[in-house]
Amino acid sequence: MIDDSRSSAPTSIPGSTNIQRLPWRFIGALIALVLLWQAVVTVTGVPRYILPAPLAVGRALVEQRVLLANHAWVTAVEIVAGFIGGVVLGGLTALSLARFRPLRRTLLPLLLVSQAIPLFALAPILMLWLGYGMLPKILMAILIIYFPVASTGYDGLRQTPQGWLDLADTFRLSRRRRLLKVQLPAAMPSFASGIRMAATAAPIGAVIGEWVGSSRGLGFLMLNANARLQVDIMFAALLVLVAFALMLYFGTDALLRRAMPWHCDRIDTAG
Amino acid sequence: MPPPAIEIRRASLHFGEQALFCDLDAQFPAASWSCLLGRSGSGKSSLLRMIAGLSLPDNHRLELVTDDGLPLGPRLAWMAQQDLLVPWRRVVDNVMLAAHWQRRVTPADRARALALLERVGLTPQSDAWPATLSGGQRQRVALARTLFLDASVVLMDEPFSAVDAITRLGLHELASELLAERTVIMVTHDPQEALRLADHLLILKGEPARLQSLTPPTGTRPRPLDRADLHRHQAALVAELMPPGQRALQTGHPATASAEGGGPDDR
Repeated sequence: MIDDSRSSAPTSIPGSTNIQRLPWRFIGALIALVLLWQAVVTVTGVPRYILPAPLAVGRALVEQRVLLANHAWVTAVEIVAGFIGGVVLGGLTALSLARFRPLRRTLLPLLLVSQAIPLFALAPILMLWLGYGMLPKILMAILIIYFPVASTGYDGLRQTPQGWLDLADTFRLSRRRRLLKVQLPAAMPSFASGIRMAATAAPIGAVIGEWVGSSRGLGFLMLNANARLQVDIMFAALLVLVAFALMLYFGTDALLRRAMPWHCDRIDTAG
Repeated sequence: MPPPAIEIRRASLHFGEQALFCDLDAQFPAASWSCLLGRSGSGKSSLLRMIAGLSLPDNHRLELVTDDGLPLGPRLAWMAQQDLLVPWRRVVDNVMLAAHWQRRVTPADRARALALLERVGLTPQSDAWPATLSGGQRQRVALARTLFLDASVVLMDEPFSAVDAITRLGLHELASELLAERTVIMVTHDPQEALRLADHLLILKGEPARLQSLTPPTGTRPRPLDRADLHRHQAALVAELMPPGQRALQTGHPATASAEGGGPDDR
C-alpha cells in the first residue's frame, strides 16, 4: 500500500502538469488546425457544400446564433441530465453490489452480459416507447454511462487493500460503515475514471438519440441542415457540440480534483 | 481497567491438508511485552490474526481466554507491518481514524489526536497528507493511531520491519515508552528487535510448528544495543531459528551458540 501510493505519485505529477499546460497547447493546436483547414479549402477549391471554409462556419455561428442556441440548450439539458443520472445510478448500483451478496449473485452476470449489447441499437426502441421528446435521449445517455460507472466503481470497491479492512475490523465497524467510510473513499480513483469516461460518453448518447428521431437539439439541427445542404450550419452545430463535450470533461476533471485533494497537494509539497 | 493476561489453548491452523500448527498452548502475561518469533511461513502472523479475530482464508481454531473473563475485541489495537495510513485523510485525521470511522468526531478527539502527535514528535506535520511523510514518520503516525484507541491490549505484526535500521531503533524506544502498562504481543522475524523489547520470548518452529519459550535478557526495555550479552543471546536465538541442518554452517561460531544454548539438540 505504501509502495502503491509512492509509485503513483510520479505518474500523477506529469499528468497534472499536462492539464495545467493544456489550454495553451490546446489553443495552439486549434489555431494550427483552423489554418490547415483554410489551406485545404483554398488549395483544393472543394465546393462549400462538401467542406465550407472556417470563415463561413464562423459567419454561420454568428448569424445563426439564435437558431443554434435554441437547439443547443435542449442538447445541453439532455447531456447534463444523462450524465448526472448515469453517474448516480451507476454509483448506487456499484455500492449495492458491494453491500448485498444476493444482489451480486443475480445482477453481476447480467451486468457483464449486458455490456455486449450494442446500446445504440436500442435508440429506435426508446423512441418508439417514449416518443420524440427529451426523455429517450436522456435515457440513451444514462444507458451508455451506467454500465462503465457501475463496473469500474464495483471493481474499486472490491479491491480495497486487506490492511484497511483489517483495521476496520479491529475498530469493529458495521458492514455498512465499512463500505461508506473505508471502501468508498478507497475506490474513489476507480469511480473517478468511470466518471471521466461518462463525461465523454454523455454527448454521444444524447446526439445518437436525437439522430434517431427528434424535433429539437443539435443532432436534429445537423440532420436538418444536411438535408438542405447548409453545411456551414452543420459545422457550426458540430463546433457547439464539441465545446459542450470539452466543457463537461474539464469541468468534471476539475471537480474530481477538488474532491480528491490528496492527489494534488502532493505536487504542492513536492514543488 | 487493568490490562488482561491472555491465554490461548489448542490453537490449530491447517493449510489445505498440511497442518502449520496443531494444539498450541501459550500464555501472554498482563502488562508485559511478549515477542513471537519465527521464520517466514511458520504461521506466526496467522496466529496473531487469530488472536485479533481477523479473517483468515485457511482452516483454523483457537480458544482464547482472558484472566478477567471479558472479551478481547473491544479493548484491542492492531498495528501491522504497513502503516495503513489512509491517503484521503490528513495526518491528524489518520490519528483519530477510529473516531472518523465509528462516529462523529468531537473537538475532544482532535485535541487528543494532536496531543498524541506531539508525543510521537510530529506536531509540525499534523495537517500534512500522509503521502508527504517518510516511512519512519508514517509508522510514528500509525503508533499514534494505535494509542488513540487507548486499548489495553496491543497486537503488532512486524510493525517496524518496513523502515530502515536506524529509524527502527528509534521506534523501539518510542513504542517501548508509549506502550508501557499494556499487554503487548508482537510478531517479529528480527532477533535483535525481540531481544531489545521482549519481556517474554516465544519461538514458533518445526513442522507442524511448536511453541518454545526462551528466557530473554535481563533488564528493562528497550535494552541498549551495546550490552555485551545481547550478541550472545542473538547468536543463540539465530541458532534456534535455523533449521537443524544449517545451524553450524550459518552462525560460524558453533561453540558460542551451543555454549549459550537453550537448544536441546544443538550438536
